[in-house]
Order: sequence, then structure tokens, then C-alpha cells
Amino acid sequence: MMAHATRRRLPIQAVAGTVPMILVSVGVFIIGIGASVLWSFTSSKLFPAYDFVGLQQYRRLWADARWLISVNNIWIFGLLSIACNMVFGYLLAVFMDQRIRQEDTFRSIFLYPFAMSLIVTGLVWQWALDPNLGLQQTVRNWGWTDFSFAPLVDAKTAIYGLVVAGIWQGSGVTMAILLAGLRGVDAEIWKAARVDGIPTWRTHLFIVAPMMRGAFATAFVLQCVAVVRVYDLVIAMTGGGPGIATTMPAVYVIQMITVRQNVGQGMAGATMMLLPILLVLALGGILAWRRKRKGVAA
Amino acid sequence: MSAADVAAPGATAAGPDVLAEPRGPKPRRISVGRIGLYAFLVMSAIFFLVPLYIMIVTSLKGMPEIRLGHLFNLPAEPTLQPWVDAAFRACTGRDCFGLSPGFINSVKITVPSVIISIVCASLNGYALTFWPYKGASFLFGVLVFGAFVPYQVVIYPLIIGLSTVGLFATLPGIIIVHTIFGMPILTLLFRNFYASLPVELFKAGRIDGAGFWRIFFHIMLPMSVPITVVAVILQVTGIWNDFLFGIVFAGRNNWPMTVQLNNIVNTTTGVREYNVNMAATILTAAVPLIVYFVSGRWFVRGIAAGAVKG
Repeated sequence: MMAHATRRRLPIQAVAGTVPMILVSVGVFIIGIGASVLWSFTSSKLFPAYDFVGLQQYRRLWADARWLISVNNIWIFGLLSIACNMVFGYLLAVFMDQRIRQEDTFRSIFLYPFAMSLIVTGLVWQWALDPNLGLQQTVRNWGWTDFSFAPLVDAKTAIYGLVVAGIWQGSGVTMAILLAGLRGVDAEIWKAARVDGIPTWRTHLFIVAPMMRGAFATAFVLQCVAVVRVYDLVIAMTGGGPGIATTMPAVYVIQMITVRQNVGQGMAGATMMLLPILLVLALGGILAWRRKRKGVAA
Repeated sequence: MSAADVAAPGATAAGPDVLAEPRGPKPRRISVGRIGLYAFLVMSAIFFLVPLYIMIVTSLKGMPEIRLGHLFNLPAEPTLQPWVDAAFRACTGRDCFGLSPGFINSVKITVPSVIISIVCASLNGYALTFWPYKGASFLFGVLVFGAFVPYQVVIYPLIIGLSTVGLFATLPGIIIVHTIFGMPILTLLFRNFYASLPVELFKAGRIDGAGFWRIFFHIMLPMSVPITVVAVILQVTGIWNDFLFGIVFAGRNNWPMTVQLNNIVNTTTGVREYNVNMAATILTAAVPLIVYFVSGRWFVRGIAAGAVKG
């Protein structure tokens, strides 16, 4: 679809029109990421330094209790919130696809949290989960005096409070993406399955769901990116506490840069954050390439 | 890769998208299954709505009533005082002007950032589609990769870069930062949109002797209204809701509303005024919520593309 005729010489005006893109691609994403990785091998404190110390920053990083807790938290938060969002979002999408009344209203309700800032989400849930005046106290006032639901005050459970807020904020988007995938499936499939007498739930799980793998992959990748980036929610809801119980890699790196003035170690952490994203992208790239090759062969 | 799939529903109105008609089996009469279905949907809706309800009723109560610990009760004596306090009197540190300075800052950050980022991205998308010079697709690949990069990896180099040119902790600085991080997804959006246009449009312009800029302004721009609406919705909500860039790059005098909200609520000094906090929270969420409810179906189109951000 491209205008190949114009490719012969370098169109000066087109280059001039995309100077910002050139600056951002090369200046920010190539040189910037390169610089971050480079500084992770130096002893930079507040300002960049260029005395290379090998893997020392990485060794320190993985010996730092604060970082180890961060990594542990991102696994708990990531696995739980992605799994719950996927299951809940899928159920919502399937139920939304049953020719229900008021579909627009339901969709508006499921999606509105996503329109709001994660700071707002964090603060609302912080208030709802307040141990003295929030949900716990309200239910106790109703008569269940031994009801207990205040995860944020206990270092052991605070991370699960974040998961609840993460599900509230993110499952609507998953629903929207999966619903789009669901409606992209050929209607003939449903007719054929009904003629064969296959129960609806089996058609969903074993025939239609595998056909939606593109939508599932998209939802999964988006959530992985969001999980690795999670910062605002933690700051607003728990501030990383109680103590350092809910600190996350994103919070750790920012603290290293700003408050603790330990850029080298911060950049080591940032580089570690880049790795899982590279892994997921590479995996996705390989799958897409293999599918394309299969498509050409067939 | 998946990023291209993501932008597709926003880029072209055609193809499967969320707004298509349901295709599931037709419902028969009212059955146990249907009741269960609606029960699940209504329960889910309640889960999503409860925090909004709590926010609103708490913001209309006085502190003595809040201390009784009945989160769900409607306010016995509704008062708008918390809203006034949140807007003009609540304290962040030593300043006690409420959220209004933050609101003004957010407007000053959001409006130029939205305009500049969309102008840049539409030019990128246009050039990538119709004037693909050598290396352009490589630049685009880097940009798409940038959509997935954790912000923490590029924040420090950006601090150093902006300090060098004297723009760190300034209004132009934060606008540049928003333009940078909006560029990957917006460029993708515009590129997919222009690629869906018939190439004859471009060729006709070339035959008439029009160059890069003339074709852009006279042919492409007038056709870009729908995609620009999606981009504006995406950017207004995204930039308004930003916290991380605001706190790092804007500087104390330009802190956006989200940063000031967090400072008001999570302050460690004084008595916690939950009603004022909730009023402040609603005020901060108001702009994106209005955009969301007014734009309706447009927002849903943009949301899959915008989900890469945040």
C-alpha cells in the first residue's frame, strides 16, 4: 500500500517533518536506554560517572533486601492480578455477549475505573479498606463483630489490597479487548457447534477461546507492561508500606534516583525491569513469525 | 506484533471491534441461566460502582458522621463544605490553597502537550505511510518498542538531558516529556489510519504537483478528524491522569493535580479529613470522567490503543 515511487531519493521535507520522531527514537529510546544500561555498570551516585565497576551494582542490587522484597511483590501482584483480570474479564466478555439488555450501561460501568488516574484508584481503595472507618468497621457495625477485612495495615496482606485495586481498575479493559476478540469469531462456528449438539460452555472453552488467542495475547502483553510499570497505585495506596512491605521495582528505581542518590544501582534495577519486557516481546515476535511462516507454507 | 493488533480497532472503524453486534446464541425465554447471567453482571456492576458511591457519599458528610463508621449510609446532613475546602483550602505542606493551583497547572500541562504530541504523531504517521525514506521503518520499530519500555529505564537519561538544556523542572520540560511518551502509541494510531486510506488520494496530489506539506495540509489533515478525536481523548485522559512524570519533571511550581491530590491525602501532619480527601479525589477524577462519559463509544475505540500507556 505504500507509495514506492517516492522511495528513490531521500525526501528532505519528509525528514524535516519527522525530526521529532528521529530525536525521540534515537535520542530517547536508543541513546537513553543505552545510557541507562551503561550507567548500571558504573559507580554513579547523584551524577553520572564513567568508572566501570563491572557487575558490582547488580551484586549489590540482589543483596539488597528492599529490592528482593520488590521483586517478590511484583511476582505476587503480577501473577494474581493478571490471572484474576483474565478470568474475570473473560467471564464478563462472555456474559456481555449474550444479547443482554443495557449492554452500553454495563460496559460504561465496567470501564469507567480505567478512565481515572491510578492515584485516584489508590486513594479510593485506601479509604474503603481503612481499618477503623472503612468496610471492616461498617460490616462490624452491621452485627458481624468479628468480621475482618483490612489488608493494608498488615505487612503480610497489604499486597493483596493492591491486587484488589488492580482488578477493579484493569478487568474492564481486559473485558473490552476479549469482547472484541469474541465478536471477531465467525458466526458460522456457533451454528456448526449447535448442529453438532456441543454444549455452549464447551464451544466457548474448547473452540472459540482458542480462536481468540490474538485477543488473549494482546490483553496479556498489555497487562504485563502495566504490571512492570506499576508505580502510582503503590504510592497512592500504601506508599510502599507498611514499612517496605509493598515496595515495587518501579518505586525502588525512582527512590534510588531521587532520594537515595544511588544512580548506578538504580540503573541496575531499571535494566532488570527491561529484561522481562524484552522476553515477552521476543516470545511474541517468535510466535508471530512462526505463524506467518506456517501461513505462507499453507 | 501485538501492538499493531491493539491499535487496529481504534485506527479503522471497520473490522471486529467492541461495538459490533453480539453474535452469541439468541436467548430464549426467561430461564434460570438468564437470571444467573444477570445476577453475575449486576454483582460485577456493584463491585465496580461501590468505590464511586463511597467517594460521593463520604465527600458530602461531616467528620463527626464519618467517625461513626457507616461507610454506605447516605449523608444525614449533606454538606458541600468539604468540596469548597478541597478546591480552595486543603493543605499540601505549607501551602493551603486546595487543589485549584493543581487544576490550573494540569490545564497548562495538558493543553499544549495534547496539541504538540498529536501534531508530531500525525506528521510521523503521514510520512511513514506516504514518504517512507530510508531508515524510517527502523525508526518506527524503535518507537513501537518504546511503547513497551518501563519508564524507569529512560527517566534518568531524560533528567540529565533536560537539565543540560535547562528545561528540567519547567513547564516546557514536562510538555516535552509528555510529547515523547505519547509519541509511540499516537504514531502507531496515525500510521494505521493513513495506511487504510486509498493511496490514489496521495497519487492525485502528487500528479497535481503538490509536495509533502501541501498534501498533508490540504488532503490528509481534513480527512484525519475521526482519528484525531480518538487521539485527543487518549491524550487528555492519559496526561491528566499522569503522576510519575508530573512529580519528576514538572517542578514544584508546576505540579499537576494528581501530585497535589496525593500530597493532600497522604500528608502525615494534622487530622485526616476523609470528606475533604474524597471531594478532592472526585475533583481530580472529574475531567477524565467527563471526557469518558461524553465521548462514550469514541473512548471505547481508543481504549485498546491507550491501554499500552499507564
